[in-house]
Amino acid sequence: MTGIQAWFSDFCNSFEKCFIREDRYMLLLNGIGITIKISILAVFIGILIGMLIAMCNLSKRKLPKIFGGIYTDVIRGTPSVTQLMIIYFVIFATVNLDKWIIAAIAFGVNSGAYVSEIIRGGILSVDHGQTEAGRSLGLNAFQTMTRIVIPQAVKNIFPALCNEFIVLIKETAIVGYVGLMDIQKAGDFIKSATFEAFMPLVGTAVIYYVLIKILTLILRQIEKQLRKSDVR
Amino acid sequence: MIQVKNLHKKFGDLTVLDGIDEHISQGEVVVVIGPSGSGKSTFLRCLNLLENATDGEIYVDDQLINAPKVNVNHVRQKMGMVFQQFNLFPHLTIMDNITLAPVLLKKMTKEEAVRRGRELLERVNLSEKANAYPAQLSGGQKQRVAIARALAMNPEIMLFDEPTSALDPEMVGEVLDVMKDLAKSGMTMVIVTHEMGFAREVASRVLFIDQGKVMESGTPEEVFTNPKNERTKLFLSKVL
Repeated sequence: MTGIQAWFSDFCNSFEKCFIREDRYMLLLNGIGITIKISILAVFIGILIGMLIAMCNLSKRKLPKIFGGIYTDVIRGTPSVTQLMIIYFVIFATVNLDKWIIAAIAFGVNSGAYVSEIIRGGILSVDHGQTEAGRSLGLNAFQTMTRIVIPQAVKNIFPALCNEFIVLIKETAIVGYVGLMDIQKAGDFIKSATFEAFMPLVGTAVIYYVLIKILTLILRQIEKQLRKSDVR
Repeated sequence: MIQVKNLHKKFGDLTVLDGIDEHISQGEVVVVIGPSGSGKSTFLRCLNLLENATDGEIYVDDQLINAPKVNVNHVRQKMGMVFQQFNLFPHLTIMDNITLAPVLLKKMTKEEAVRRGRELLERVNLSEKANAYPAQLSGGQKQRVAIARALAMNPEIMLFDEPTSALDPEMVGEVLDVMKDLAKSGMTMVIVTHEMGFAREVASRVLFIDQGKVMESGTPEEVFTNPKNERTKLFLSKVL
């Protein structure tokens, strides 16, 4: 019994030292804020860029096609840490923007390449007869795309997009490289300050896990709504 | 109403339509028959510009429609099209399928379109399905909705591309009945089909197309009982 009691009191001490003492939980709370801010903005930028690049890749014209191809190729061919650092220290070096916004742009640019492939696949997955039916009613290409093809594509690609967002949130754990204090960096900071490894690192993992769990549950509900018209 | 002059269509090296000249007048019900691969569906699709003719001219109401500056969307609004695979919009209810185009194209207000939608659903005997989704309907019901959807734009001409070919045999009748009613109401129709009995009963004119050419054209009586062309005879001997 004493063994378990000793372990438990060690655990409590360590917990107090890492999260309570000197208000260290504030570091983590602020970190959560940073992670969420970056992720949300990056998701929007990613979808926007993803749609543009998907349109480029699906275009019948040569120039957009080449541009889209190069974009996807370069982004997929280089590590995201490198991209983040190039965007932060080179491209936005002299621009006066909040750090977290620059980081969000970097992650959005990265995510856009992957999202564009998901969107492209989604649009191609909608039967061509749908486009023909829309056009035969007199809708123009844009109306057919936005009212008929994309709503169906969204339903098809929703699970893949959710997956991409989850990957994106976890990917933001590298923003410490450009000096932002997100969840990961806060955990790391506590680790250095307390010389404890287990508590801050496992704590970090738990926070990410809970965030993503909540997000997954929300996305499930949205997907259920989207699937209303499927009767299977 | 529709005037086709020297229509050619090639897919790469393959010639599908090889010079078609045809005139379709108001109120005519033209049934197009012919072996598969003969170009009859392509002919129909050229009429509403789902395929671009390689050569030749198509006039609708004396307007040349296959010219570069023509607004194809306006042309298509005059022509309803019914497809073999129905192509209903699966993410929309039956009523929304019908009202989408007239409302989006500002032909009607939402209320007018819904009223018209109810009329049309009644006409195809599907009033109770207004709020269902396409996945809840049988093939025959889907095709009847597709007809109602095309009619919602108040087209001058209806084009049917093998409307019963994807249906189970017991559902063919209900779709043909709707088409018969439509023909009786004086709608101009061009129908590609393999239903010879239907062609005989409803057509005001039958076109036999083979190898991209109109081989024979005449009343059902002339074409079915007294075909002049050897190919027509051969084809009819196989299908009748």
